[in-house]
Amino acid sequence: MTSSRREFLKSSATVAAVGLAANLASPRYAGAAAPASRFADDALRIAPTVGDPAIRELVLSAIDAAKRAGASYADARISQNRSRTLATRERRVQNLSDNETLGCGIRVLVDGTWGFAATRELTADAIARTARLAVSQAKANRRTQVAPVQLAPVTPTPNGTWSSPIRIDPFSVAIEDQVALLLRANDAALAVPGVRFVNSAMFFLREEKTFASTDGTVTVQTIYRSQPNMTVTAVSADNSDFQSRQSTDIQPHGRGYEHVLDGKLVENAPRWGAEAVEKLKAKSVDVGRYDLVLHPTHLWLTIHESVAHPTELDRALGYEANYAGTSFVAPPRDVLGKLKFGPEIMNVQGNRTEDGSLGAIGWDDEGVAPETFDIIRKGVVVDYQTTREQAGELGWWYQQQGKPLRSHGNSYAQSWADVQFQRMPNVSLLPGEKDLSYEDLIAATDRGIAIVGDGSFSIDQQRYNSQFGGQLFYEIRGGKIVGMLKDVAYQIRTPEFWGAMDMLGGKRSYQLGGAFGDGKGQPAQSNAVSHGCPPTRHRQINVINTGRKA
Amino acid sequence: MSHRLRADSSPRSLLEPARVLSQAEAESLTRRIVGFSQADSCRVSLQSTARGNTRFAVNQVSTSGDNEDVSVRVRVTVGKKVGAATTNRLDDDALRQVVQIAERIARLQPDDPELMPELGAQQYTAVDAYPTGTAAAEPAQRAEIVRKVTDASRAAGLSSTGYLEVITSANAIANSAGLFAYHRSTDCAFTTTVRTTDGAGSGWAGAAARDISTIDGAALAATAIDKAKRSINAVAVEPGRYTVVLEPTAVGNLVQLLAFATNARQADEGRSFFSKPGGGTKIGMKVVDDRVNLISDPQHPVAPGIPFDGDGLPTRKVNWIENGVVRELSYDRYWAQKTNHAPVILPGALQMAGGSQSVAEMIASTERGILVTRFWYIRPVDPRTILYTGLTRDGTFLIERGKVTRAIKNLRFNESPVFLLNNIEALGQPQRVSASESGSAGVPIVVPSIKARDFMFTSLSDAV
Repeated sequence: MTSSRREFLKSSATVAAVGLAANLASPRYAGAAAPASRFADDALRIAPTVGDPAIRELVLSAIDAAKRAGASYADARISQNRSRTLATRERRVQNLSDNETLGCGIRVLVDGTWGFAATRELTADAIARTARLAVSQAKANRRTQVAPVQLAPVTPTPNGTWSSPIRIDPFSVAIEDQVALLLRANDAALAVPGVRFVNSAMFFLREEKTFASTDGTVTVQTIYRSQPNMTVTAVSADNSDFQSRQSTDIQPHGRGYEHVLDGKLVENAPRWGAEAVEKLKAKSVDVGRYDLVLHPTHLWLTIHESVAHPTELDRALGYEANYAGTSFVAPPRDVLGKLKFGPEIMNVQGNRTEDGSLGAIGWDDEGVAPETFDIIRKGVVVDYQTTREQAGELGWWYQQQGKPLRSHGNSYAQSWADVQFQRMPNVSLLPGEKDLSYEDLIAATDRGIAIVGDGSFSIDQQRYNSQFGGQLFYEIRGGKIVGMLKDVAYQIRTPEFWGAMDMLGGKRSYQLGGAFGDGKGQPAQSNAVSHGCPPTRHRQINVINTGRKA
Repeated sequence: MSHRLRADSSPRSLLEPARVLSQAEAESLTRRIVGFSQADSCRVSLQSTARGNTRFAVNQVSTSGDNEDVSVRVRVTVGKKVGAATTNRLDDDALRQVVQIAERIARLQPDDPELMPELGAQQYTAVDAYPTGTAAAEPAQRAEIVRKVTDASRAAGLSSTGYLEVITSANAIANSAGLFAYHRSTDCAFTTTVRTTDGAGSGWAGAAARDISTIDGAALAATAIDKAKRSINAVAVEPGRYTVVLEPTAVGNLVQLLAFATNARQADEGRSFFSKPGGGTKIGMKVVDDRVNLISDPQHPVAPGIPFDGDGLPTRKVNWIENGVVRELSYDRYWAQKTNHAPVILPGALQMAGGSQSVAEMIASTERGILVTRFWYIRPVDPRTILYTGLTRDGTFLIERGKVTRAIKNLRFNESPVFLLNNIEALGQPQRVSASESGSAGVPIVVPSIKARDFMFTSLSDAV
């Protein structure tokens, strides 16, 4: 068990002595109480661990090597991502894979131009070489420079540690129990008459990340994320139609295995099955304008696309024009404090603290302690999501507002092999003052459609025009749900859609949704982010029928 | 004593090209890992990659990156049980560990009723996808290609953004039944979006190739700059059904969706466009225009694919659609055996045959229509008809009386490649395109431009 660990330490000769001592002293998992298990497979993975002084020495050696090679600023991240994927269909396990990836990424500034290089080899030599490669790359890039990068100030954290607040480490749970849970849930769905297929899955991630920068920050974090999910499919007897229901009422969270248990897959599966079957017989929607009542399990994705993305500062400045796009919330001088995004009751905040959220962390990938900040206040745009590189573009605004210039802590890289850049924190719509529920919004609606769960989604590159489907659609007449609909999608122009919001739920109706797969950047990187929101109502929204036959 | 790979232990100079494992190194490593396994069968899949990229925005390099990685996946069977694990640590202890984890996972599984035995040694036809100059491309060479766009764009008073990616990879598979497969390839892609500084115009150009020397930065710059300039003062047209002239990239964006939907099992299960009403698949049925021929040829000279799949099965040329008739769907080994078919696998490339018309000729024959550069944010809406939604982007123009008359606002479509390929008016000459939304090289795709009638646009977008 320890031989492999020693092997690693031998290969990083300069830090071996420190590492061996640490091996005896440092606990394997900070902040995660592992219950007794029949198969504590964690014991088999003997990679260097978070908090290990050997790792700390290596990240410090990386930034030293970068400085020696000519970098004015450098940061380095060593991270070990451990993941488990378990996928089943009907009564069969399709895939059960336990995965790890370990390496070091080094970012440098030379005369205001970035370079980045990464290696899977955690030896002092390889890391020094990689630091030099990053510096030589920055020098090659420098020839195109128009304006040098200037970083916003940061308060160093010389010795920070943070862990996701989980109750059960998913990697300590017996695999046979995880398999049995999914197969039981599948059986429960298949017992529903009309259900023909079911897929179910669990995905777990643990990232152990050590970061150091030449500003004097060294942080060590352990981040967990968990997602259970199911898709139940019903097929009509003559194969003329098929409909699926995804378990979108259970969203991915920054929690441990307790999130899977709380999801009650076995108990919920018969309902999801019955809903898939009901969709086969549901009425195909009549196109037209409807008042929409949007459940939080649906609305989070509309917020993600139409509110969170356009308020990313790098998009507004044109940095993502070739893929993710730019933003209609631009330029900053024309919109900050001026652009009316929605009604007075609309308040949106960025944060990396919400309990159980995917975006929760202690420090971002530039060593900045994140803060909670207003993005839209009383319907008006008042700030953007920022990094140290780009916050300076808003210096004039923060000065006007009497605020210090600092990054909000929105820098992130998906792995050791990728360079960090601006990624969204949790961006959440705050609940209203009145204690209204989803049911209250339906009761107040005369003619409309209620939408539950996220479905199909697409939005343009400046975040104006979008189209959203869902999981379940219900026709509302006279304040009551009168039946199920299908083939529903709504098309919106962002400012009109939010301008048409006239009701939103209160604190008790607020829920967190979110996604692992928020894509942005080139090469595309995947961010994990949550969006909290209450249910909302939007007046007279354009609904199309997607059930085309030719 | 721990075995060390040369790639691991000998530091490479900064000017040495990006390096992936050679066939001899890959064979030695994969066979050694197979030897660690006590299970009934063991398969090791190795991927060794060197990635380099350079991004630019507002006419200067914004970020860039170089990294090297080796990922090892071990899949074992114990009786009829399967387990898998991956790592990127290559010392013997880590490799023994990853085998042990896969074996422990396997023992804890229920039996897999669909388990297929490992394949024995296979014969492969080598695919030539490794032009040496590409693997050697380093940051300075990438920066030079980028400057062809940033300099031209600055000179034109415009703002350029873009991405150049160069990936070198080696894939190997070895198993306990004596199979060994190795393939080495390079991929590169260069895309740029040039915008007017007031944000009123935007033009795109892009290319993907195995060989970086075929990527012409100056030509791409000229196309994107021209489209940016011509796309200002866009006017709105009413959404509805239009005749469209789709440039090859836009065709690639849509036609690849058809290839993703060719799963025979889903068709047999009644949950696919390729399900035949009443049961079975649409193999043998005519589903699109006679002129449509869609194949996947791993030996294609411009867009070569891969010589083997994840099981180590050799790839071959597949005829998906011949003269509008469905000829083949994809069958994995289990479903092939169960339904008494030969296995059919996607060989990592897609090619559509074309016609003789140029885009200019298509425009000249159009009374009123829309010219589309590319589509974006394409997402599934209805799997029963392979219906997708998405938007035009970075160069959308109105055609009137045989001429491109002006820029128009972008439009959202709700459309299926099946409907599109039933409404063909004319086909152009096929060419390799960069059809991934993210600007990665993606699956090599060769498609023609298409003129088609009745393309369904459902709403207008104000996005430029």
